[in-house]
Amino acid sequence: MQTAVAFSQVSRHFGPVRAVDGVDLKIAEGEFFAMLGPSGSGKTTCLRLIAGFEQPTAGHIEIFGETAEGVPPYRRNVNTVFQDYALFPHLSVADNVAYGPMIRGVAKAERMKAAEEALALVQLPGYGARQPGQLSGGQRQRVALARALVNKPKVLLLDEPLGALDLKLREQMQEELKTLQRSLGITFVFVTHDQGEALSMADRVAVFNEGKIMQVGAPEEIYRAPRSRFVADFVGSSNILPPETVERFAGKRAWASLRPESIRLATAGGHAATVLGHSYLGAATRLSVDMDGQRLTLLLPAGATVPATGSQAAIEWNGDDLHLMEDGQ
Amino acid sequence: MTAAEPVILPGRGGLFGTLSDVLWRNPRLTLLLMLAPPLLWLGIIYLGSLFALLAQSFFSIDEFSGLIRYEWTLKTYAELLRPSNLDIIVRTVTMAAAVTLASAVVAFPIAYYAARYARGKWKAFFYLGAMLPLWSSYLVKIYAWKLILAKEGILTWIFAKLHLTPVLEAWLSIPVIGGNSLSVSYTGTFIVFVYVWLPYMILPTQAALERVPDSMLEASSDLGGSPAQTFRHVLLPLALPGIIAGSIFTFSLTLGDYIIPQIIGSSRLFIGQAVYAHQGTAGNIPLAAAFTVVPIVIMGLYLWMAKRQGAFDAL
Repeated sequence: MQTAVAFSQVSRHFGPVRAVDGVDLKIAEGEFFAMLGPSGSGKTTCLRLIAGFEQPTAGHIEIFGETAEGVPPYRRNVNTVFQDYALFPHLSVADNVAYGPMIRGVAKAERMKAAEEALALVQLPGYGARQPGQLSGGQRQRVALARALVNKPKVLLLDEPLGALDLKLREQMQEELKTLQRSLGITFVFVTHDQGEALSMADRVAVFNEGKIMQVGAPEEIYRAPRSRFVADFVGSSNILPPETVERFAGKRAWASLRPESIRLATAGGHAATVLGHSYLGAATRLSVDMDGQRLTLLLPAGATVPATGSQAAIEWNGDDLHLMEDGQ
Repeated sequence: MTAAEPVILPGRGGLFGTLSDVLWRNPRLTLLLMLAPPLLWLGIIYLGSLFALLAQSFFSIDEFSGLIRYEWTLKTYAELLRPSNLDIIVRTVTMAAAVTLASAVVAFPIAYYAARYARGKWKAFFYLGAMLPLWSSYLVKIYAWKLILAKEGILTWIFAKLHLTPVLEAWLSIPVIGGNSLSVSYTGTFIVFVYVWLPYMILPTQAALERVPDSMLEASSDLGGSPAQTFRHVLLPLALPGIIAGSIFTFSLTLGDYIIPQIIGSSRLFIGQAVYAHQGTAGNIPLAAAFTVVPIVIMGLYLWMAKRQGAFDAL
């Protein structure tokens, strides 16, 4: 399979700020790739480097084997869905979607047909005559998607596209985006700070922190085997155990991650712990306990008996679930 | 236990305390009290005198006695259409249109820089630079320009030093816009008009450009738009309400001004000068009033056309 986007040692500095710092990255053709990280971690700058809105300070970027440095955005067959959608307020929905074809000089009748097809693709058939101001947030998001897809880009970039939507709509759009990506076969590069979104949608995830990629891998891999404390904590907020504690259980001095859902209340034996408190989440109950000065969070499935705050409880986990990390960062 | 604090505080009493409560309960009353003084001013003193002036234009002057005849007639408007008066109108409107166009072209890059690039102290410097000319006397500036544009002035000298005197002379020999020197030509009038009204074009254009988010321009570029296409299809349409607002200033101020063409330019009249002459020495108030109606009608038509062209759609 061909490489859609390749970064080698790419940096982008803004004065003293190293927004992107020596990133190596390969995104395969047809892949749904997520860039995950807290705000200011460099993920959006990476996206803008692919789009051409930023130029790298150092390093080399290739898009489908062609050098991208110095190529302006309008000469890249790459389209972006902006975080604020950036729909043109003075144009109708159809003219917004037909903007790319219009720029390329496609005849009016033909580009209006293409716009209508793209609108149908995002479940907004017949919305062409409306003005962007008359649409809801979710509809605007779909129009922005249609406006990008109508150009049949080689790579589609999505900058936190679901950030402004409410939970219900966001879940629905996640499904739709995934289906759309499968059926079109276009490479999607998706920027998000929401780890749930990245895990549920992407084929592969890159976790960013402070301008660097901490780990790249399939969602299960990132979740089950985080390489560093940052990844363990940021993706799924794991329990992070210091080397002294880990030595007692695994016989080896290393930082380790223990997922909350891997810990359960022991029926016999187990490790003694004091219950500090609990919060009800609906599908589960989150319990925090103190085990010899080590604070742990565990998830109890719905229906389980929740021990009272202040009471003693025994907890246990499978040895495999205690994941030792190579990196103490 | 401390004594319980009351939940509802007692009224503050006194005239102002009571008044505050009454106004809070009656927001409409507050609005009325706030708006009444300016509306009275606007309605009676401002609009009232304007209509009084307009009414004058429907009277006529007795050509023998020179007295005003207070009978409704359109005779004065017919007088406007005399070739000598029509000339004045065409001259003024052409000048106003040229000044507006030039102001828009000169103002746009400045406004663009200020809106998209200038930050911090450069932004302050921009506002200062755009407003500074408005702080000094209008007359002083115009007389300064008279000296700059005069035959013995610095501009002629610069052209001579650059060995470009033939260019200046060729320009001045063009009929209508030329003349003996820049200070007595329409070109000179035009330059000074553009200079004096430029701030009124820069500021609204800058305000409109400031409201265009960066992502809008990036989106156009992302969709294949070259900088020229982005300007034509996105930036200009979105900045248009600001440019139109600025053009309302430059156009109407040029239509009404009578000092610049009197000091700089040929001796041929502009509308403002005609109004000044007719209401003063000639004592022909009806014709002066009819002349003032012309800019009002032209501006009305201009706004109507601008609206039809969709200039305000992006507001």
